[in-house]
Amino acid sequence: MTHPYLALTEDDKAEMLRTIGVSSVEELFRDIPGGVRLGRELALEPALSEQELSTHLARLAARNVDTTRELSFLGAGVYDHYVPAVVDAVLQRGEFLTAYTPYQPEMSQGVLQSIFEYQTAICELTGMDVSNASGYDGETVTADACYIARHATGRTTVVVTEATNPQVRQVVKTYAPGFGLDIVEVSHRHGTTDPDELRQAAEGAAAVIFQQPNFFGCLEPAPDLAAAANEAEAMPIAHVDPLSLGVLEAPGRYGCAIALGEGQAAGNFPSYGGPHYGFLAARQELIRRMPGRIVGETVDTAGERGYVLTLQTREQHIRREKATSNITTNQTLLALAGLVYLTWLGPQGLRDVGETCLSLAAYAKQRLQERAGLELLFPDQATFKEFAVRVGRNARDVVRDARERGVHPGYALGRDYPGMDDVLLVAVTEKRTPEEIERLADVLAEVAR
Amino acid sequence: MKLIYEKSQPGRRASSIPRHDGLPEPDVPDALRRTEPPRLPEVPEFELIRHFTELSTRNFGVDTGFYPLGSCTMKYNPRVNERLVTLPGFANLHPHQDEDAAQGALELEWRLEEILREVSGLDAVSLQPAAGSQGELTGLMLVRAYFEDRGESAQRRKVVIPDTAHGTNPASVTMAGFELTHVQTDARGNIDIEDLRAKVDETTAALMLTNPSTLGLFDENIEEIERIFHGAGALMYYDGANLNAVCGISRPGDMGFDVVHINLHKTFSQPHGGGGPGGGPIAVRGILEPFLPVPAVIRRDDGSFGLDFDRPKTIGKVRGFTGPFGVFVRSYAYMRMYGPRLREMSEAAVLNANYVLSRLKGAYDLPFDRLCMHEFVLSARNLKRDYGVTALDVAKRLMDYGFHPPTVYFPLIVPEALMIEPTETETKETLDAFCEAMLAIAREASEDPELLKEAPHHRPVRRLDEVRAAKSPVVKYGFAEHPQPDAVAR
Repeated sequence: MTHPYLALTEDDKAEMLRTIGVSSVEELFRDIPGGVRLGRELALEPALSEQELSTHLARLAARNVDTTRELSFLGAGVYDHYVPAVVDAVLQRGEFLTAYTPYQPEMSQGVLQSIFEYQTAICELTGMDVSNASGYDGETVTADACYIARHATGRTTVVVTEATNPQVRQVVKTYAPGFGLDIVEVSHRHGTTDPDELRQAAEGAAAVIFQQPNFFGCLEPAPDLAAAANEAEAMPIAHVDPLSLGVLEAPGRYGCAIALGEGQAAGNFPSYGGPHYGFLAARQELIRRMPGRIVGETVDTAGERGYVLTLQTREQHIRREKATSNITTNQTLLALAGLVYLTWLGPQGLRDVGETCLSLAAYAKQRLQERAGLELLFPDQATFKEFAVRVGRNARDVVRDARERGVHPGYALGRDYPGMDDVLLVAVTEKRTPEEIERLADVLAEVAR
Repeated sequence: MKLIYEKSQPGRRASSIPRHDGLPEPDVPDALRRTEPPRLPEVPEFELIRHFTELSTRNFGVDTGFYPLGSCTMKYNPRVNERLVTLPGFANLHPHQDEDAAQGALELEWRLEEILREVSGLDAVSLQPAAGSQGELTGLMLVRAYFEDRGESAQRRKVVIPDTAHGTNPASVTMAGFELTHVQTDARGNIDIEDLRAKVDETTAALMLTNPSTLGLFDENIEEIERIFHGAGALMYYDGANLNAVCGISRPGDMGFDVVHINLHKTFSQPHGGGGPGGGPIAVRGILEPFLPVPAVIRRDDGSFGLDFDRPKTIGKVRGFTGPFGVFVRSYAYMRMYGPRLREMSEAAVLNANYVLSRLKGAYDLPFDRLCMHEFVLSARNLKRDYGVTALDVAKRLMDYGFHPPTVYFPLIVPEALMIEPTETETKETLDAFCEAMLAIAREASEDPELLKEAPHHRPVRRLDEVRAAKSPVVKYGFAEHPQPDAVAR
């Protein structure tokens, strides 16, 4: 029986083999030495029908407790924001979904123009001059930025604040030896980074990386941190939450060289960690050091406007070992989701999302203190949509007990920060309601302390 | 066509965001507050949909038609996978969810690893790398960690790469902090064994090889290559970009490779999405397992699944969480639809490629006249010599016939290269129509070369000026200062 994803009939095969001038399909593989052949059938379970496959995967999916089945205040890098229907509608257009990287621009104006529009949106959000077409995620674009800084400055140290997402720091440290970079961490002081301390650490460094809002949800004195880096002639790199940029200042406005971050919150489902997209934008003078695809505007032979991949002499397929990065496949479809989402929001919607998050999170802070009697870890710090509370005993146990009551109360910080075993990081997106926050407070009143 | 920003009018919007009465006022310290709003588009929802629908009609995917882009494996992407990935239990699962509440996701990852171990012929898998090139970089980090562990890292600095390699290979070598050694291709399209012998010694860390190569040829001396590298104490890296040729027939592990990356977005049908996402899991021999990225997906004695972060020799982490999970759902689904019949997939891919090759080799030059695997490389140098028509002209003219062009000017060792990969998901009728178009274009080159040089004639845009784009780059919309189409044209 012909497999549903295949097409050749026995007659087709016979005629094709005749044309080729061989007697069997087996003969087509005659260049493969016998010693490296498998010589048996693959030991895999038998092929499924589409219906059986759907049942199997539905059963696997049902064994996960997702955010539609459990009231969730989990964040810590990936957030349960609302994804509007227009995103699904655009992403399921086969012309976008099933196209390759737009090497042939005349076949790919749809993708190319949308990336140009995406680059514009990212530059507007961040206040930067140039954006690439996306990177893998918020972690890897940070490593990319280290590579830029290493080559732009010739320096061999990168400073990263301890209040930056632990996974981001871990990925940067994994990449660093190959780049010839040392990574230095600067401690937080009561939830944020001290600019003077950062200034000292930045001396002689290629770059300074900080996160805004930081991993604890606190608002860093970002303009002062950027200034501290600039004084030391280290490149300030801001890792930002795109959904905060309707209410928080754009990194380009306070002197950052590079702004980047995880795009998931803007238009992508949590999806157990991916695929999402990382965005990376920089000042104009860094344009020829940017990693990955960049789309530029041009004209065709008839003088009509069109879009192409540009500045390709930076890239691996031209420059090979001297390329600014090895990246080729990126996250275009997820970045398109980001563009559709940001278009759906518009400037007012972006501000509204930010303000709703701010209000709900502030309300949650109140209720967790008043109703549940919990203490904020950093009571003096301003926050955006996430904050840390002490829960009086091991936060992992509190998570377990709260989950038995149908609420996932947040991320246990002890895994990443010594001395924070009793601390919970609570994320409140615009999808949460005051009633749900009340329920969180009720449950924590019961299981915390 | 207008940009979305050119359709924007202040005061319009597509979104409505919940607001709640009686909550604290949204408060941000003055010094941190946004001073000017970003100029995002302001359009109603129906204009948004029309805009992106119109953009999609100016694009070409596998769903639109034949897409024989060499080395990219542009096969059909089954629709059921798109439905499965949107199941709430997958799409809305938070990656920090506790293990006991993510058993389905972990089991899927574990089962996918199991399949990839069998398909690659290797012992352990990490799903974490986000794409092929990140798989390469991760693999090279493992190589470095392995030699560091053996105290040989100062000595083993060189990675050997053939001149047919993808550009990502040398770029990954640099990013991993290794040095590059090039090796040549012989007259049959295999690695030049004599050249290789002279270049592999105790300073060699690894070979990076695509097999079948980017010429679409299986290296007939692979066993000798294996002896040379392992004999010198070096490791072998397999670029899995061309795995579609050999599934169930010959496995990288059987060929002697120690590290492999697998392009889920090529061989295993994750849609390319106009440039991504991809998935680049790596499979390794047991000696490299201790160095794999964390977390590892494990199955415990009680049958439950979990994540293991406690790997003292790990290189660390190359991206967030366990990898691009949605890609895993699609590729796992795809492989379950085949099971052991994956071999039929590769056989059909190779049959299709050889058939198209046989029909075209009279009209275009064939630099290496052998049976091919899943793809082959022709040269338009005969057309260039006789009529001044280039591979690029042929590519652009193919668009007028409704086909996506092949990869052109790669691999670099073939002048005027046309690299054609039909994949297995095509009917003979489509293959024949493509062959007829290629043969017609070869005739047109002799009769009316201008027709080709001015192609495409029937796309939304004519040939685009890439030099101009790179000279003074315009990489974002300039709002009031943006050059308008008419002004641009003059």
